Amino acid sequence: MSGPAYSPDEIMTVTAARQLVNGAVCFVGIGLPSAACNLARMTHAPDLVLIYESGTVGTRPKVLPLSIGDGELAETATCVVPLAEIFAHYLQRGRVDVGFLGAAQIDRYGNLNSTVIGDYAHPTVRLPGGGGAPEIATYAREVLVIMKQTPRSFVPRLDFRTSCGYLEGSGARAASGSPGAGPRAVITDFGVLRPRPGTEELELAALYPGISVDAARAATGWPLRIAAHVEMLPAPGPAELAVLRGLEAATREAHARPIRISLRN
Amino acid sequence: MQLLPLTEAIATHVHDGDSVALEGFTHLIPFAAGHEIVRLGRRDLHLIRMTPDLIYDQLIGMGCAARLTFSWGGNPGVGSLHRLRDAVERQWPRPLALSEFTHAELALAYQAGASGMSCGLMPRYGDTDLGRLPGTSLRTVRCPFTERLLTAVPAINPDVTILHAQQIDAEGNVLIRGIVGAAKEAALAARRVLVTVEERVERLRADMNALVLPSWLISAASVVPGGAYPSYAHGYYARDNRFYLAWDEIARDRRAFTAWMERYVLGAPNHAALLRALGVAA
Repeated sequence: MSGPAYSPDEIMTVTAARQLVNGAVCFVGIGLPSAACNLARMTHAPDLVLIYESGTVGTRPKVLPLSIGDGELAETATCVVPLAEIFAHYLQRGRVDVGFLGAAQIDRYGNLNSTVIGDYAHPTVRLPGGGGAPEIATYAREVLVIMKQTPRSFVPRLDFRTSCGYLEGSGARAASGSPGAGPRAVITDFGVLRPRPGTEELELAALYPGISVDAARAATGWPLRIAAHVEMLPAPGPAELAVLRGLEAATREAHARPIRISLRN
Repeated sequence: MQLLPLTEAIATHVHDGDSVALEGFTHLIPFAAGHEIVRLGRRDLHLIRMTPDLIYDQLIGMGCAARLTFSWGGNPGVGSLHRLRDAVERQWPRPLALSEFTHAELALAYQAGASGMSCGLMPRYGDTDLGRLPGTSLRTVRCPFTERLLTAVPAINPDVTILHAQQIDAEGNVLIRGIVGAAKEAALAARRVLVTVEERVERLRADMNALVLPSWLISAASVVPGGAYPSYAHGYYARDNRFYLAWDEIARDRRAFTAWMERYVLGAPNHAALLRALGVAA
């Protein structure tokens, strides 16, 4: 018997793209979030407004950037603003609908760690750090988290809290005055977790084809609650896969292009 | 503004123990200037950059830095900065003290520094461990008008900020086009400003609201074509994403890293020679 005709990354990307409503303003991170946002823009949501933290507003890249500040993003943007402005005038001012985040660790209330594994002063693994994530987590009207589900990444207790989800749950985030609503969905390679109304604890809300509840439970480092109704998500459609694979092929080709510099004087 | 050869500009304006900000957000990262700091063997620097990127991975791995102020320390789209990690996790080649902020905080700190303010203010929400780091310089204050809680971020005023830009004109004014990051704020916050540029032109063809640094704000400038490689200079050359991917392997291993630096940076008299050795320039 053969496996599904798509990879875990592909179904995560397609599922994330489907969460995006046409016209929404998205603050995009590099990697899967960037692929998902551009896939959505090239399929069902042509008027999606993509903002990258490098200050590119309304960008429509034809190939996916490797970094957050590739020239492609600037060339295809409505405008390019200084970094202080993108955070103050756009994000902090409340002009972003959806923020995309990943992390090394997530807890049951959607709080995220992208700083260290182990003790801060003597870390086992020094991770890149907060960057734009703490403010995105606070100010975006809602947050989508994309990360692979393993017991090492879905942990009972974070080694470090870099970005706020629902804090301790049960309304703690709202009580803190955070402007944004917090993580609406956590898209994994098993399915989708959503906050349970009331407690705000993440629970398994949807599964991909062929994935069992027990497999999702086994990939979670805390006793994962299961929603009363678990939705069965559709596989990626042929049109979505064709666009995504085309985008990725164009990206690979662009990133492999040799650079030539002319040394004028 | 003095137009100087790069070696002389760095030798004159970057000293052991200085706080140094090489800015440029992914775009226009002053690699040639950073390499010259390595060649001159500067030590005990306090390096400041929002995204340390490969240039600080190199400076840290070569033992030039005692402290790093930063907001995101990865190889964008690739993974870790292995030399930064080795310094933090195993103190190699020497211990590295960290001052860690978010992008928004660090941009605000430059802005405060550029404005002659002692701090910048932003709303305070949530509850992260970033605000509880040992020795954190963030403080919580109350807005005198609304009683709202605010985070106060202390100003950053580097001894020297170094930028790479596209053009300098006959009068020494400098034009930056494309993604600007916090380049302007970092320059205006600094005590001294060094600039490397792609080319010297008679007159800048800049739009009225373009980012132009007037010559009298700049301490010294050097013409260094390709000076941002392997990052990029919009309108001149693209980011070498292949090099950023390849760096992951080079920097993962101490010996491979040291050999690379000895061959391409210490082994090259200048940036043009480095670009030729890498096969990027003819």
